[in-house]
Order: sequence, then C-alpha cells, then structure tokens
Amino acid sequence: METQSTLQNDAPLTAADGTPLHKALGRATRRAKWRAFLLVFPLLIFIIITFAIPIAQMLYRSVNNTAFSDNMPNLVAYFANNEVTGVPGEDAYAALVADLVQAREAKTIGVVATRINYELPGARSQFTGGARKAKKLEAPFKEALIDVDEDWNDPHLWNVMQRAANPVSASFYLAALDMKYDDTGNIVRAPEKKRIYVPLFVRTLWLSALISVLCLILAFPVARLLATLPLRYSNLLMIFVLLPFWTSLLVRTTAWIALLQSQGVLNDMLVGTNILADENRVQLMYNQAGTIIAMTHILLPFMILPLYSVMKSIPPTYVRAARSLGASSWTAFWKVYFPQTIPGIGAGVLLVFILSIGFYITPALVGGSSGQLISNEIARHMLQSLNWSLAAALGGILLLIIIVFYWLFDKVVGVDNMKLG
Amino acid sequence: MAKLPAYTTPLERVWHYTYLLICALIFLFLVAPILLVMPLSFNAEPYFTFTQKMLTFDPAGFSMRWYDNILTHGMAAPEIMRWSKNWWLDAWENAQWLHAAKNSVIIGVSATILATALGTLAAMGLSRPEMPFRRAIMGLLISPMIVPLIITATGLFFFYSKTGLAHTYIGIIMAHATLGIPFVIITVTATMVGFDHSLSRAALNLGATPITVFREITLPLILPGVISGALFAFVTSFDEVVVVLFVAAFDQQTIPRQMWNGIREQISPTILAVATILVIFSILLLTTVEILRRRSEKLRGISPA
Repeated sequence: METQSTLQNDAPLTAADGTPLHKALGRATRRAKWRAFLLVFPLLIFIIITFAIPIAQMLYRSVNNTAFSDNMPNLVAYFANNEVTGVPGEDAYAALVADLVQAREAKTIGVVATRINYELPGARSQFTGGARKAKKLEAPFKEALIDVDEDWNDPHLWNVMQRAANPVSASFYLAALDMKYDDTGNIVRAPEKKRIYVPLFVRTLWLSALISVLCLILAFPVARLLATLPLRYSNLLMIFVLLPFWTSLLVRTTAWIALLQSQGVLNDMLVGTNILADENRVQLMYNQAGTIIAMTHILLPFMILPLYSVMKSIPPTYVRAARSLGASSWTAFWKVYFPQTIPGIGAGVLLVFILSIGFYITPALVGGSSGQLISNEIARHMLQSLNWSLAAALGGILLLIIIVFYWLFDKVVGVDNMKLG
Repeated sequence: MAKLPAYTTPLERVWHYTYLLICALIFLFLVAPILLVMPLSFNAEPYFTFTQKMLTFDPAGFSMRWYDNILTHGMAAPEIMRWSKNWWLDAWENAQWLHAAKNSVIIGVSATILATALGTLAAMGLSRPEMPFRRAIMGLLISPMIVPLIITATGLFFFYSKTGLAHTYIGIIMAHATLGIPFVIITVTATMVGFDHSLSRAALNLGATPITVFREITLPLILPGVISGALFAFVTSFDEVVVVLFVAAFDQQTIPRQMWNGIREQISPTILAVATILVIFSILLLTTVEILRRRSEKLRGISPA
C-alpha cells in the first residue's frame, strides 16, 4: 500500500534517457509499426503497379471511349456550343462533312464508324460510304449529304453522335446490361431476343452455384473419410486429392476431352459393354454437360481441403456421446456432427463459387456454345470483335460480383485463414 | 481400417460399406482422368481412345511416336542423322515444344524468384502483430488469386500497351509474379504462425544485425514454407495461359499456350504425351511439397504421432 502511494506521488516514470515512459513506448511502437510496414512496402508497390493500376485502367476504359471525340473535332466543337434535338441545321452538316473528309485522310474513319456502329447497327457502311464521297460534296452540305444516304437525316443518328462526342459515357455499361438509349435518349431495355449479357451473367452464376453444390456433395463424404481414418491411411488417400490439385489445368481439361468425346473412352466403354448402341453415343462434351463435369472435377480439391481441415478439428467424442445417449446414427450425424462442419462448408462453397465464376479455359475448350461463361464473352470482345470498351464494362460488372463474394468470404472465413494443401 | 463397434446394426453395417464404395468412386473420379491420359499417350493410332489392339495388349497397338513428335515437331530436318549431335542441335534450336518449354522455364523461374523474394519479405511484415491495416493489405495482396484471370489479363493488356511492356518477357514475368504472390504469402504466413519471435529477439540481443538474424535464424526456420510457396508460384506461372494469350507476342510460346493452340486447332495425341510428362512432373512436385510440409511440422514440433 505504502509503496504504491509513494510511486504515485513521485515524478512520472522515465526511460533511461530521461523521456517519459509513455512517450518512449509510443515511439517504440510507432517505430515497430513502420518496420513492419516497410517489409510489406515493396510488395505493395509491386501489386499496385502490376495489378491495381491495370484494373483501374480497365475500369477507366469501360466508361471512356475517345474513338469519336478524338477524330471528329469540328462536330465535337459544334456539339459543345449547340444543344441538338432532332436533326440540326446546315452548320452541323458542314462540320460533319469537314470531319468526314479529315477522318478519311487520316484513315481514322473506320474507328469512328465502328464506334457509332456499336450503338447504331448498320452505321459503319453509312460512315465509310459518306466519307468516300464527302470530298466532292459542295454546299449546302445538308442536302448534299442526305442525297448520298437518306440515313444522314435520322434524328437518332444525331442523338448517338452527340453522346459519342463526349468521351465519358455509360453506354458500354448499358450495353453490358442489355440496355440502350432509345431515339429520344431515354434508357430502355433491349428487346427480349437481343438480350445476351444478362442471361449470360445469370447462366454463369447458376452454373457456378450448381458446380459448388456438386462439389460439396462429392467432397463431403470423402473429406469425412479422410478426417476419420488413421493418419497413415488418410495421408495415402490424400494423394488422390492432391494429385489433381497439382496437375496442370490444361492437362486435366485435355484428359476430359479424351474421356468425354463422342469417340472417346467413356462412350467407347458404354458402347463396348452394349449399354449404348453405336449410333446413340452421348454428347457429353461441347455443351453445358462438358463444362459442368470438367469444372466439378477441377474444383473438387478446393472443396475437399477446407472441409477436411475443419472436420479434422471435430473431436470424435461428441458423436460417440450422442450415440451413447441414445441418438440414432442419423440423428447423431445430423444434429451433432453436421453443424460442426458448417464453417468448412461455407469456406469451400464460397471458394469454389468465386473461382468458378471466373473460369475461362475449361468452358472455352469443352463448353461448346451452351457451356460458355461470361469470361469467354469478355475474351471474345478482347481478341476477336475488338470492342474493348464493352469487354472492359463486362469485366467491371464481373469484378463487382467477385468483390461482393470476396467480401463475404472474408467475413465468413477471413482471408488470413486461408490454407493450401 | 478401424473395426466397426459391436453395437452397429446390420443396416448401419450395409450403409458403412456403401459409404466406403461411394468414397472409392469419388476417388476414382478424381484420379482416373489424369491416369487415363498416360496409357492413351502410347497409342499407335492418332485417336483419343483405346484401340482394339491396345485393349488386347498387342505390342503393335503401342508406340512412342507422339513422344517422338514432341521432339521433332518444328525441326528443320527431323529424319537426317537421327540422334547425332547435329540432330540434337536442330531439335534444341527449332523443335516447337522445346522452344515453348524453354520460354516456360525462363518465365517461370524469373517470376518465382520475384514472387518469392517480395512475398517472403511481405509475409514477415504481415505476421508481425504490430502491422498496421493488416487485414486490408492482406486482402489486397491475396486478391490476384481471387480476381478472375480474364479481368487481370484485360487490365494488363490496356496497361502494357500504354507502357510498352506488351510483348516483352519482363511484362509476362511481372504478371506471373503477381499471380504467384498470394500463394507465397499464404504459405509463408502459415509457417510464421508457429515461429518463436523470442529466437530473433535473443539473436538481436546478442549483437546480430537484422540481416544476420534473417539469414541465420529466421530463414532456416521458415524455409519449408518459403520453398513450398515458391513451388506454388512456379506451378501457377507454368500453368498460366490467359495472361500469355493477352500480352505475349506471337513467338513467345509457352507450354500451356502451345497446348491451348494444339487443343483448339489440330488435336493430336502429342498433347496427351505432353500431358503425361506434365503429370509426372506434378507427381514430383507433390512429393516435394509433402516432404517439406512434414519437415516443417517436425521443425515446429507440431508433428502428429
């Protein structure tokens, strides 16, 4: 008691160099924080350069397309000064013809035509054709140009051009969500038959959910067996899980091609054992079935491993206690064992779901047309149709979906709890 | 196998064996496709299925021609002076699969070194309790594993075409290192969990510099985690095709890209021969990682009986 009171009455505690202790401590923790942060710093910079900036650039690309605004300066200037509703007057046509001439000389007319064509199918030939003749046109340009092609008199075209003159636009996100601007500039949904991307997103999510459930059904018994067997057996059986895990994705996909083809091993086996007639070979590949089978196989280890690590930590005594208290084996399993595996199920299902949403290689090789996922469509726009802004917008939406589930995964499992192998 | 307790009813007994059968079938589903590739790659015919001759084990049904094709495909003069020194030189210079393998190894090894160095350093910082914003930073560093490859590849395509990194080895190596880093972080932080920080404090106390502490104390203890992280990073790069498709030049072929082209264009059993070699390769990797894992558990004294 007495020592405490003397301590309280004394001057504040100091470190060896005379600074107050709490200050010295604060400085030391600050320094330790910095030291820890400096270790992470190089990697953080690296990831920002090679990962965060590229993705930011993709997102920028999805709302910013300069194809029209860079190459049609006169029209851009005209639109900046005049609000156009309907078809404008001679001034606008003069600017348009001047731009068409310039764009043809600079060989950028194709870029401009493509940009307008995204929103107004058929406009490509109208632009290239108009540009070819633009040089010979004489004032009044309005009548002259409409003489070349009636479509230049279309108020919708002017509407589209006015929007395209502004490089920043939401039109690619609208296109990615199967929506568009109508003639008067309102946002409307595309006609039922022309909706491509929303159904594709729905299909991607639905197939991913299906594959997650299939993986869970297949993984649960196996993980339980591995967790309950003595270690010397389970280590051996674990090889069956880890071998696919370590095998190249392309090798596994190739293997499934060999198995599932209509002239492949599985069909040959069915025909050879007379289960199937030779002419009724089952089409297991180049359709949704191919995607589902191959992806379930590829993602199964990602379900088994988290389930196994949770099941491993469940003490077997609980089930035994339930049994000795009179529970049937089913009740003991369902009421006692199963609830304890739920963290593993959550981790596995979310992981498989997240990974399968972004699958590209396997659907591209075994999916045919009905088994394609959203990634394949992004790749198609990047590599073939070259509509990069639309690809970026589709990527932006996909990224948003992934972030939502990644956030959920972090809440449920915690990213720092992830284990491998 | 543990014996069934005496109180099991006949129904439970039947269920137990059904359960084992189900598990066996699932294990079969897991490995059968991978193992089937191996015998198929010795097919004498250009088919993807077992011929009658193969099923009856007639030696005429088997051949090494697809393995031979791996070496000779793309060679200038595959039939001249077989197995001579010049023939091997020709193969080394011109064979397409060897060319792809060389690229894969160059890119894979460089990306692994980069990912392992940066990742290990960061993992050491991340496993310190005083690390600020730990969870958020961890979330960012792990995300290349979660974000779909197609998004990463699209972003890199835009970024690289602006910065001139497109069609360069540096660009691919940096991208592959990014994809491998999450694995290094996960494995190394997992090893750091069992790490006794008083060891490094003791070394510091005895006058060692931080670098000496890392080299002599920390690194040997976390080495198993570092190596298995590096192997993960290598496999990630060695198996990656989407980024390569998007940012690499036409002649920058890698093994997975060559396989991808092969499957899409003219599918021949050569692919199966390559796949067999890769399966053997992954068996070796798997063994290494398992040995490392057990060694790490032993080092940290948490080895189960």
